[in-house]
Amino acid sequence: MWDYLKLAGLGLVAVCAAIAANYARDLAYQVNALTVMLAAGIAFLWVLRTAGDPRPNLRHEYFDSVIRYGAIATAFWGAVGFLVGVVIALQLAFPQLNFEWAQGYLNFGRLRPLHTSAVIFAFGGNALIMSSFYIVQRTSAARLFGGSLGWFVFWGWQLVIVLAATGYVLGATQGKEYAEPVWYVDILLTAVWVAFLIAFMGTLMRRKEPHIYVANWFLLSMILTVAMLHIVNNAAIPVSIFGSAQVQLYAGVQDAMVQWWYGHNAVGFFLTAGFLGMMYYFVPKQAERPVYSYKLSIIHFWALIFLYIWAGPHHLHYTALPDWASTLGMVFSVILWMPSWGGMINGLMTLSGAWDKLRTDPIIRMMVVSIGFYGMSTFEGPMMSIRAVNSLSHYTDWTIGHVHSGALGWNGMITFGVLYYLVPRLWNREGLYSLKLVSWHFWLATIGIVLYASSMWVTGIMEGLMWREVDANGFLVNAFADTVAAKFPMYVVRALGGLMFLVGALIMCWNLWMTVRAQPARVTQNAVVPAE
Amino acid sequence: METYTFLREMADSWFLLAMLLGFLGLCLWAFRPGSRSTHKDVANSIFRNDDRPADDDPAQTRKEG
Repeated sequence: MWDYLKLAGLGLVAVCAAIAANYARDLAYQVNALTVMLAAGIAFLWVLRTAGDPRPNLRHEYFDSVIRYGAIATAFWGAVGFLVGVVIALQLAFPQLNFEWAQGYLNFGRLRPLHTSAVIFAFGGNALIMSSFYIVQRTSAARLFGGSLGWFVFWGWQLVIVLAATGYVLGATQGKEYAEPVWYVDILLTAVWVAFLIAFMGTLMRRKEPHIYVANWFLLSMILTVAMLHIVNNAAIPVSIFGSAQVQLYAGVQDAMVQWWYGHNAVGFFLTAGFLGMMYYFVPKQAERPVYSYKLSIIHFWALIFLYIWAGPHHLHYTALPDWASTLGMVFSVILWMPSWGGMINGLMTLSGAWDKLRTDPIIRMMVVSIGFYGMSTFEGPMMSIRAVNSLSHYTDWTIGHVHSGALGWNGMITFGVLYYLVPRLWNREGLYSLKLVSWHFWLATIGIVLYASSMWVTGIMEGLMWREVDANGFLVNAFADTVAAKFPMYVVRALGGLMFLVGALIMCWNLWMTVRAQPARVTQNAVVPAE
Repeated sequence: METYTFLREMADSWFLLAMLLGFLGLCLWAFRPGSRSTHKDVANSIFRNDDRPADDDPAQTRKEG
């Protein structure tokens, strides 16, 4: 019965998408509608072919097949996102790379949101979904809730990514930082995210452990807050149901404030709380010792929750936003430094008594460096949110450097560590293919980030100082083009750093591929547990 | 009073106080007597049930761990 309902629903979606494609008012909408039609058609065929198959009771196994797909998607989208990043870094250094034949499709302006969304939502989002499913099952000692709901979350998320990415290239965007996807992609994303919440909460509710491990708190706060942020910031009215254009519900400074409330908390809850959940599970697991202080992790959690949500206005210093609001944002950002460092200390001290592992275990090394970058960027961020510092740093490349020391250093490195941890376990393999390649990846990525961040500091502070430089008569000394010319060498160094990071990620993909292909299977007493 | 003014005054007085007290209460709760053994147990819970879900009898699982 359920299969028939699914078939009817998928068929209806495919037909509606075909009609929408026919009446489409713009190219991006048309391509997206065709993509949805294709996806619904494939899903229809899949349900049709498996309809009526016996459904064995799998309550005594973890739902790991979706996590395996998540690991593949994380590595794949990571490589894609880093590649686009290197391309746009080179486009900034060498504007000739904005080819004439590709204008309006593959120029910097179109590719930049593709890069940010690919690394944050495709790479980071898949890493979060994969880790959430892994962590919540293990710490609840229960199979993922909702039958095949996990598959809907995984494939729905990939569809969101593909729709958003093709839309950006063809010009569908609502022009909000980190919230570029247009209205119908936002609706699909909401459905997928609610399914994610149901799967996660349902698993917690059927847990066999008496307590909910702290990593789950961070992950749950990530899911809940992102749902709230997404819905409020994307409140918009479509111009036509057959077009990708929409009009925002808010206007002027209110819209700006909602946008940066969203934008900063996307960093705070998606890229910080969610990845802290990964840290609180995988670092103790890899170090084979419990977290340094469970009490500190509780205080870390509540302090982060109470403080982060107010920090957004620091993105709007010296704008039409009232002074009290931007001061509030600044004060909360500075206070936020404390819980962030509490969390960093908690993560690092988990290794106390096991520091020797740093010499022998490149995965631990990766995780430790990632926590180090978490500490550094959560120091740099509050400092940049202070109004006087912000007057120099804002609109310069310093901001870009800050974002990347957080994203490449903290999010990237912890995700690489998690992938190295998960892949041998998920595919039941006897360890990784090559630890030497992990070391190569580690050093390429670390040196790449250092090159990236330091070149952006230099160019950011330089252009900030050049913009404000006045002569004895009070006239500005430099034209904007002068600062662009002065930045050229740093842009080349930045592209080089990004390239090293990309090469490291490709080495990781090869290493993980060979782990699955060539490593012997792990022999355990659980070897009889069948793969699903 | 205007909605804006009312909300703004509410936010920086009573609501701020309530949130601060809520936060301090949660921190104190973490340090309640008897929390040490609970926290030790939870912190070590990640080393149980790695390969398969627990059986329906929770006491059994905890002994294994």
